[in-house]
Amino acid sequence: MFLAVLLASVVPPASDAAPAQVDHVSLLFVLVLSTFIGIGVIARVSRLLHTPLMSLTNAISAIAVVGSILVTGGDYPVTIRVLGAVALFASTTNIVSGFLITDRMLRMFKQPTRDGTKR
Amino acid sequence: MSRLPPELVQLAYVAATVLFVFSLHWMNDPKSARRGVTAGVAAMLLAVLATWVQPSVVHHSWIAVAVLAGFAAGIPLSRVPLTAVPQRTAVSHAFGGLAAGLVGTAKYFLWVGEGPAELTRFRMGAIIAEILLGFLTFTGSLMAAGKLQELKWIPQRPVTYPGQNVVNLGLFVLAIVLGVLLVAHPVGAWSTLAFFGVIGLALLFGVLLILPIGGADMPTVISILNAYAGLSAVAMGFVLDNKLLITAGALDGSSGLILSIVMCRAMNRSFTNVLFGAFGQVQTAKTGTREQVYKSETVEGAAQMLEQAQFVVIIPGYGMAVAQAQHRVRELYDQLTRRGVTVKFAIHPVAGRMPGHMNVLLAEADVPYSHLVEMDEINPDMPQCDVALVIGANDVVNPAARHDKSTPIYGMPIIHADKAKTVFAIKRSKSPGFAGIDNELYFQDRTFMLFGDAKAVVGDLVKQLAAAAA
Repeated sequence: MFLAVLLASVVPPASDAAPAQVDHVSLLFVLVLSTFIGIGVIARVSRLLHTPLMSLTNAISAIAVVGSILVTGGDYPVTIRVLGAVALFASTTNIVSGFLITDRMLRMFKQPTRDGTKR
Repeated sequence: MSRLPPELVQLAYVAATVLFVFSLHWMNDPKSARRGVTAGVAAMLLAVLATWVQPSVVHHSWIAVAVLAGFAAGIPLSRVPLTAVPQRTAVSHAFGGLAAGLVGTAKYFLWVGEGPAELTRFRMGAIIAEILLGFLTFTGSLMAAGKLQELKWIPQRPVTYPGQNVVNLGLFVLAIVLGVLLVAHPVGAWSTLAFFGVIGLALLFGVLLILPIGGADMPTVISILNAYAGLSAVAMGFVLDNKLLITAGALDGSSGLILSIVMCRAMNRSFTNVLFGAFGQVQTAKTGTREQVYKSETVEGAAQMLEQAQFVVIIPGYGMAVAQAQHRVRELYDQLTRRGVTVKFAIHPVAGRMPGHMNVLLAEADVPYSHLVEMDEINPDMPQCDVALVIGANDVVNPAARHDKSTPIYGMPIIHADKAKTVFAIKRSKSPGFAGIDNELYFQDRTFMLFGDAKAVVGDLVKQLAAAAA
């Protein structure tokens, strides 16, 4: 249903005398293709690792950090930058905790070896 | 900082995309999975640095402070006990949604200030999608985290009232209508008010969406919120005209989607049924049809049976997580394998409170992952199983799912514990499980109950076995 909102917002601009030159269709291409790649890759992830997978994708979706940096660091009014800084804080928290806890969990998955050592 | 040609920034984003895809690809095997984390970190560093050096970024100290604060909060959040991982994940979804919502809000007011010409219909539509998804994910995930943490002021049992779905849907439609009005007239006397209206409705909708959801549905709900968090990043990509955001957000979104499908299939239910069905309602239809009695067994007796078995299947559930019993379970596994007993762990996809929850807990306790077996693989072997030991699992072993059409879990695939030659079930109390459904397994002839805290009972079993070996 949310996709519908996105789609609906893509359709109208054809009639717009667009001041900002944004190539909407190529953005949509990127979305569609990366969704297919995502589904293909994720479907093969071992079921053992679904919890670490979720914390890893948490960290990856914190790519919102890119937008947060642009808003926080731009030459904008202070209130705008405060919003950006809170977003940047939230994204960085997700990046740091997401990657660290994923690694911590993955270190625990071991196979038995003959001499009993960890690998 | 030096001026970087924009093409170079874009190339860095392309490289980051490649690394993100590999990062997820390497998760297909526990052996290569840690490489996936390295790739992900590299991709993120590349993306952050390439963005930070852009000429439009001038307030470096602001960024540094926010990033440092993020580290200060993120490091302790990564060290929570593994039993708290579901809550941490939900909080993380909340932060993702918050970031998207705030950036969307900032961009709206920025463009209003710079001149309404900037607010094309496309951008406005993307902003509306971003703040809707972002803010509903924010409050929804916080609610989920609160339920998982069992905070006292958040109702654990599903909260339902007549007309609930109509109210929820109505609010959502109202938010969409306001959104569409804003897309048509982004700048007007009332538009700021409408904008805050959309934010308020999204925040409220997030809370109301999670209120009717019970603990047993948490694995699905967490996965759906994961998808929403990813989609809000995608929407941010449309707002900022940034392809890296769209790609990474889509990867996260498809991950949430796939996990939701896996969870729904494991419960034989649909998305809409999970979100609007209020699964966890206490069953009222069927009460007191016949007197049912539990047969208890002593720890000594159970230990003896386990010792004499050749093939033992351990079926863990949320009860093992609550009692933090995974290390005792590992000791039991050691005692039994030392005697030449074959021990396997049967993992139901929705056991616990998030996808893969049991695997992580058992891995923490050093159980080799090759002994963690999926439901579909273990079921054909269950008739050969001498002892099935159920530790704090309930609905996922309830045979009623196979034949009793009146139960809400009818049709859900289960682990066939009832086909084992003997069943021991460790249970905290005599009350029915989270879904409020009586478990037929507990009343069959070959099932014996071990009442008590999972950690204490398994610990006693280990002591018995150790004493017998000495």
